[in-house]
Amino acid sequence: MQFPGEHSAHGPAGPQALLLDRLGDLLYGIAAVVFVLVVTALLVAAFRRRPNGEGMDDPARERRMAMAVASAAGATVATLVAVLFLSFGSGKRLTGTPPPDAIQIRVTGRQWFWDVEYRDSLPSRWATTANEIHVPVGRPVVFQLRSTDVIHSFWVPNLGVKRDMIPGQETSIWFQADTPGVYRGQCAEFCGYQHAKMSFLVVAEPPDRFAVWLDRQRDTARTPTDSLARRGQEVFLASTCVMCHAIQGTPAGSRVGPNLTHLASRRTIAAGTLPNTRGHLAGWIIDPQQIKPGVRMPPNALAPDDLQALLAYLESLR
Amino acid sequence: MTTGTGTGPDPVTINPLDPVTLERERRELQRSWSPGPGLWGWLTNVDHKSVAVRYIVTAFVFFLLGGIQAGLMRLQLARPENRLLGPDEYSQIFSTHGTTMMFLFAVPIVTAVGLYLVPLMIGTRNVAFPRLNLYGYYVYLIGGALLYTGLLLNTGPEAGWFSYVPLSGPEFSPGKRSDVYAQTVTFTEISALITSVEIIVTVFKQRAPGMSLNRIPLFVWAQLVAAFMIMFAMPWVATASMFLAMDRLVGTHLFNPAEGGDPLLWQHLFWFFGHPEVYIIFVPALGFVSSIVSGMTGRPIFGYPIMVVALVVTGFMSFGLWVHHMFATGIPQLSESFFSAMSMMIAIPTGVQIFCWTATIWSGRPRFRVPFLFVLGFVVVFIIGGFTGVMVASVPYDVQAHDTFFVVAHLHYVLLGGMVFPLFGAAYYWLPKVTGRMLDERLGRWHFWLFFIGVNLTFFPMHQLGLDGMTRRVYTYLPETGWGPLNLVASLGALTIAASVAVFLVNLVRSRRGGAPAGDDPWDGPTLEWATSSPPPPYNFHLLPTVRSRTPLWKRESDAPVVTGLRTDMREILVTTMLDAEPDNRMRLPEPTIWPLLAALATGVTFIALIFTPWGLPIGAVLITVAFIGWGWPSPKEHELQLREEREG
Repeated sequence: MQFPGEHSAHGPAGPQALLLDRLGDLLYGIAAVVFVLVVTALLVAAFRRRPNGEGMDDPARERRMAMAVASAAGATVATLVAVLFLSFGSGKRLTGTPPPDAIQIRVTGRQWFWDVEYRDSLPSRWATTANEIHVPVGRPVVFQLRSTDVIHSFWVPNLGVKRDMIPGQETSIWFQADTPGVYRGQCAEFCGYQHAKMSFLVVAEPPDRFAVWLDRQRDTARTPTDSLARRGQEVFLASTCVMCHAIQGTPAGSRVGPNLTHLASRRTIAAGTLPNTRGHLAGWIIDPQQIKPGVRMPPNALAPDDLQALLAYLESLR
Repeated sequence: MTTGTGTGPDPVTINPLDPVTLERERRELQRSWSPGPGLWGWLTNVDHKSVAVRYIVTAFVFFLLGGIQAGLMRLQLARPENRLLGPDEYSQIFSTHGTTMMFLFAVPIVTAVGLYLVPLMIGTRNVAFPRLNLYGYYVYLIGGALLYTGLLLNTGPEAGWFSYVPLSGPEFSPGKRSDVYAQTVTFTEISALITSVEIIVTVFKQRAPGMSLNRIPLFVWAQLVAAFMIMFAMPWVATASMFLAMDRLVGTHLFNPAEGGDPLLWQHLFWFFGHPEVYIIFVPALGFVSSIVSGMTGRPIFGYPIMVVALVVTGFMSFGLWVHHMFATGIPQLSESFFSAMSMMIAIPTGVQIFCWTATIWSGRPRFRVPFLFVLGFVVVFIIGGFTGVMVASVPYDVQAHDTFFVVAHLHYVLLGGMVFPLFGAAYYWLPKVTGRMLDERLGRWHFWLFFIGVNLTFFPMHQLGLDGMTRRVYTYLPETGWGPLNLVASLGALTIAASVAVFLVNLVRSRRGGAPAGDDPWDGPTLEWATSSPPPPYNFHLLPTVRSRTPLWKRESDAPVVTGLRTDMREILVTTMLDAEPDNRMRLPEPTIWPLLAALATGVTFIALIFTPWGLPIGAVLITVAFIGWGWPSPKEHELQLREEREG
């Protein structure tokens, strides 16, 4: 599934998510058994046939009931303690220190998109993108999570990670993807108008393809070769676009909105809301408020020629 | 009348009174305890029953309003990319829904049922501070009116009932929406604190002679535990809402990380209140269930001491769970483990109570009337919420479930199962006492089954939706997510719930118009509220009862002593000792007055002005001071009563 990406806690794609899925199955099983026992006891107690002349306060029966209640309470305690230690065990396996060879990815939650940075010891090799996070399969990944406005929460159900992004503090969480695929993530903490459409994709791919992708992301944007795209670049640089967006290799360097350096390489636009096609892109540029009411991007009344040129330029940003 | 026995408090005697004296006393009681005539009398009426009924009616109206908001949300989410509501309307509606249901419906209504029944169950004539009680109601009413005025003026809360900063702070919630939220919370906290004081003092000092602590009905124990929880939990959220108002009004930056404040401080303060809050709603409902089970099976609840201990333990433990709302914030694992353990272990006391009720039903003779059906429904629905509660208490499991529709399912199973089912049961059980008329049994069954089916249809699919990746508080979702069908099922379930509530409303109207007369004791109940007429007179009991067991009405003895010797020409009550309820003193309760209303209006002006200007504080201080001086100033009638009391020693 390319769009919108897989998004179920029941489709684990890594060891953490698998652990959580198994823990969940176990808990459902226990709950189902206890539910049947309790409800059966209740219904039998209510509907059982009562022999004629059965007294209400037979001391022997009161003693038997005391035993039954005590045993049921004991069983409850035993079950809960078992569940608790199961939970502790899973928690311990989930939150150990990440291995030293882990990849570090810094994700910043913004109203309403995700700013993604791959840092390196050499700042010239940093790569910045938005709303699409590529990771190699079989290798641990550490996410450093932060927010610069309100609280967001970073959640990828298939990978079993969720962690709040809280302004003023940086948290981190690590996981590993074992199965290649495209997994959808979603902001889980209410963050304002477009909380509903604040998604992203995690693309788990073989290490060699990941390396190729990352190298490409580190590059600056290529200068367009054909004339239409060149004109599109002029439109971009001469319009309000540059107030918010950055394209490395051009004078546009603002970090208010998503970085567009390799926009055309992404699968979606508007934070996982639309497939990245020419038509959707055009609609989004002209009237983003129609698609995500309240979003920070203003409408852009571009002349048809300018729009076509701009689209050609943006589509060249591979 | 056997007054004039000096200060020696021994008003308990065997009933020696002749019919003529009795009738004269009854008339005097009627005159002393009745409210004044007309609208003025209504506005000043300090009878606990009248105040409680107002609370219940108001809270039920808020329940309907909150339900309409829920219906709008379900309509919006019935299909993907629906355009019925935009994100702005949706934010206000879901925030108002939560704020309404938690602050304006759930807590006020369960404590109001207590305000009505506790004095009747313990055999006294009114609550300990009748004027304060009325003031609490008016403050609550103003709070609710503020919230809905805000909503109608497009200034409803927009950051959720939990109102996390910085989203609700000055930078990200400009305008007055979050201020309306903060002050609504402040109003309802004041009123809840007042109710808790009323319950605690009334239960401790006004019980019928002989009703030692180990003979209090479980209903009253539950109210008492919840009242103590309110006293310890509510100040935290009042603090939090005041901090939020200060951040927004005078720039204190308490929650602003850029200035050294901390957004997590809000979460700790809010949930330190917010989790006990859930149990404040649930514990009184446990009391409803115990009363109904006992009344409907014709035997005392099995394991009374264990039941009391379970209630008290629940009260204590509920203060140790709040961090489970914050498992995703990155709190150190060791402290998470503690809160995880507490959150699971709180299932034990509730489990024990369910086992004890099961044993009671087993050995009793259940009558399958509507209140009993709601009790059975309560257990079935609530324990599903309990199981998912244990799941989200597990830190690793919560990683997936947190802030998804799984939690929406969980909390509605707990609250609807744990509180609304018992509440409906309580309505069928006790409304005959309040109105003197029965509710219809057939409509009641329709109500029950529609509600039971509706709740499960609405909320069960949400477990799956949550694990399928649907997060909470979303105003829409993409068609490609595949969440459409289950959402449609949930929306159909919401319609079913609406139908069930409509049936209940019809039943209420029909019972009011021409329901079967209830008589004093339609269920053959065990506790004192059934010993008086339906509806009870303003003075509750003509002859205040004494008790010798936990189920006084089932062991009625012809020679049971009653309390005599209290003055009937003024509002006098018997004060008893805290542990054993031995007669200790007599106390005159104050007469009705308009000052509680004026004080509430002064309070309202203060907090509403504080939305707009810090000058609200000094102005309000003056107004409230004046109001409370007026409140304490004895009226000519009271002055005369005081003089008479002093003369007569």
